[in-house]
Amino acid sequence: MASSLLSPSFTSFLRTKKDLSFSALSSQRCPKGVPRRIRCAVAAPQRQPSTTGSVRTAMTMTEKILARASEKAQLSPGDNVWVNIDILMTHDVCGPGSIGIFKREFGEDAKVWDREKVVIIPDHYIFTSDERANRNVDILRDFCHEQNIKYFYDIKDLSNFKVNPDYKGVCHVALAQEGHCRPGEVLLGTDSHTCTAGAFGQFATGIGNTDAGFVLGTGKLLLKVPPTLRFVLDGEMPDYLLSKDLILQIIGEISVAGATYKAMEFVGTTVESLTMEERMTLCNMVVEAGGKNGVVPADSTTFKYLEGKTSMPYEPVYSDQQARFLSEYRFDVSKLEPVVAKPHSPDNRALARECKDVKIDRVYIGSCTGGKTEDFLAAAKVFLASGKTVKVPTFLVPATQKVWMDLYSIPVPGSGGKTCSQIFEEAGCDTPASPSCGACLGGPKDTYARMNEPKVCVSTTNRNFPGRMGHKEGQIYLASPYTAAASALTGYVTDPREFLQ
Amino acid sequence: MALFSGTATVVPRNLALTSSAKLCVVRSSSPRFLSYLGKAGFGNRVALSLSTVRAESSACLSGSGSGSGSGSFHGLCYVVGDNIDTDQIIPAEYLTLVPSKPDEYEKLGSYAMVGLPASYANRFIQPGHTKTNYSILIAGANFGCGSSREHAPVALGASGVSAVVAHSYARIFFRNSVATGEVYPLESQLRLCEECTTGDVVTIELGLNRFINHTTGKEYLLKPIGDAGPVIEAGGIFAYARKTGMIPSR
Ligand code: SF4
Repeated sequence: MASSLLSPSFTSFLRTKKDLSFSALSSQRCPKGVPRRIRCAVAAPQRQPSTTGSVRTAMTMTEKILARASEKAQLSPGDNVWVNIDILMTHDVCGPGSIGIFKREFGEDAKVWDREKVVIIPDHYIFTSDERANRNVDILRDFCHEQNIKYFYDIKDLSNFKVNPDYKGVCHVALAQEGHCRPGEVLLGTDSHTCTAGAFGQFATGIGNTDAGFVLGTGKLLLKVPPTLRFVLDGEMPDYLLSKDLILQIIGEISVAGATYKAMEFVGTTVESLTMEERMTLCNMVVEAGGKNGVVPADSTTFKYLEGKTSMPYEPVYSDQQARFLSEYRFDVSKLEPVVAKPHSPDNRALARECKDVKIDRVYIGSCTGGKTEDFLAAAKVFLASGKTVKVPTFLVPATQKVWMDLYSIPVPGSGGKTCSQIFEEAGCDTPASPSCGACLGGPKDTYARMNEPKVCVSTTNRNFPGRMGHKEGQIYLASPYTAAASALTGYVTDPREFLQ
Repeated sequence: MALFSGTATVVPRNLALTSSAKLCVVRSSSPRFLSYLGKAGFGNRVALSLSTVRAESSACLSGSGSGSGSGSFHGLCYVVGDNIDTDQIIPAEYLTLVPSKPDEYEKLGSYAMVGLPASYANRFIQPGHTKTNYSILIAGANFGCGSSREHAPVALGASGVSAVVAHSYARIFFRNSVATGEVYPLESQLRLCEECTTGDVVTIELGLNRFINHTTGKEYLLKPIGDAGPVIEAGGIFAYARKTGMIPSR
């Protein structure tokens, strides 16, 4: 940690414009009049406008969030500041170590800085007989009881997740569903995909155990303000594309290190048209480009999603029109095609149709990236349109208990009232498994759908480095739920337009 | 810097030179550093017997002065390529090990780099061993990408690695290295992964930002540690926060 910080070498602040789309049709957009204050039950102290006439420098929304959280009027990229943390999330893989460091450094009797701001979500290694994995959940439980942690989503009976009403599942999806993601706030988590929450217009990033141990005791962390890369996505999204295609497109463009130490801000008409779950997919994978955080400006879609989920006041912020961006990338989304990331890197982009000769052994639909309700609805849409059955084993792992219930209750549009689970069954998929991270990161050997042999898998997850889903020589093609479902139907990597048009 | 570029100066080094023989002054406020030094030892000799290099490798970080401190690391290097992600450094099946528990810390170390594909014929840890013979890891671009698991720098440190020299790092790995003090994360100007071969005998001189490959007889310049310097020098985020008054010292 240090650093936050820390970028070993700080890139000079260039302002470049890159036009990556086929055309530069899109015009510069201005943020529209979105209400500045929403549901403020408690008025935060308002700063009086400066009367000295000093000119305030424009800031990006990431800079503004960090400025407010560090009680500074102004911040620039590269500044290292102590930031007040709104929410700290940890899970069963990194929680026990973070707790160990918290106790070592602050003492056995120490109390966390705020029992209502620590959110603990067991999700990684749950449905396993691995004793150490089970013990780690016990460590979380003991700590939560000792500290009276308000938000602990416990699981005790592993034989049937449904009898554990508190249990949620994959932390990043649960954080959103339980109302812990709020515009303008700072959320840290001991998981690299904590950046998912940037979809709510907040600063969210992943940290290690030592940093988390520090935050547990102090509620603060030294962070370095990142410069922002801006991605302007304009144009109508074709109905065979999903957000996953957009982020794979972007990572393919800028590479797995293209946003290292940087914020990625997503704007444009396409982004405005995306649902919250689709915005989460976009922000989820910024870490695959090396990004520190991803962020989407909050708007009416955000506020609507939050209704009934949180009673906490929050205050969205937006990038100033004159804010400085390190680079700006423009995409005309209407011209894009379904893509995959080939083994063994998320930036190894190819068009799905270019890979039509790649024979596959299995399909995996799940994770914080591709295991949300809308991801399963998308897969069901393809199965429904084809009327066929899958040619390879197709594993379905809902991210959370809520997603699992949706699969058994929400009717799929155009199906005459069938649920996802019915459509999956008719298509010959495996029965949806218990919600958790599952085989997204391999995990203990007995994990459901883990790649214990060197298979070829099309997956809606986010990483395809060697060994990610279990076997070192396994091959993972990252794809959207549309492409994953289409590939399941043919046994080859398949462009979903074969079934959707 | 040109002086230190790959093709440049080939300085025959007196290998018995005691470049790291200075006495270390360690801040007592920095428990992480102590363990860091304890692990690498206070050897003051640059030993050349390959079988004993590890045991006698030296890592001496002085607490005096500003900047990134002085001191050196010496030992055999292990070379990997670009985009080595955290699953290759420590595969997910071992993440049930909790790094803050001493016995599990040691175990984590014994699995370090076990996720490297079979194409790495020289294994990082020899079969049947729990520690590595290589105290310095040399990598290409974006080392440590992927997950935020602190198990990654911890596994390297626990296996016996003192320093990593990469062309560039993924953000969270770099931060976790500094936070924990498990490994000293350095960046090279050139792609040292193409200049060095696994098993080469190397020395890092922190004060001079210098990297010496004794096997090839070449020297290279490392990048200064940058913003992380004060935190590294303090000995990690806790020590830094105590030093600057952010949290009470104890
Ligand atoms: S689903 Fe996969 S990527 Fe997401 S938090 Fe779990 S292990 Fe990480």
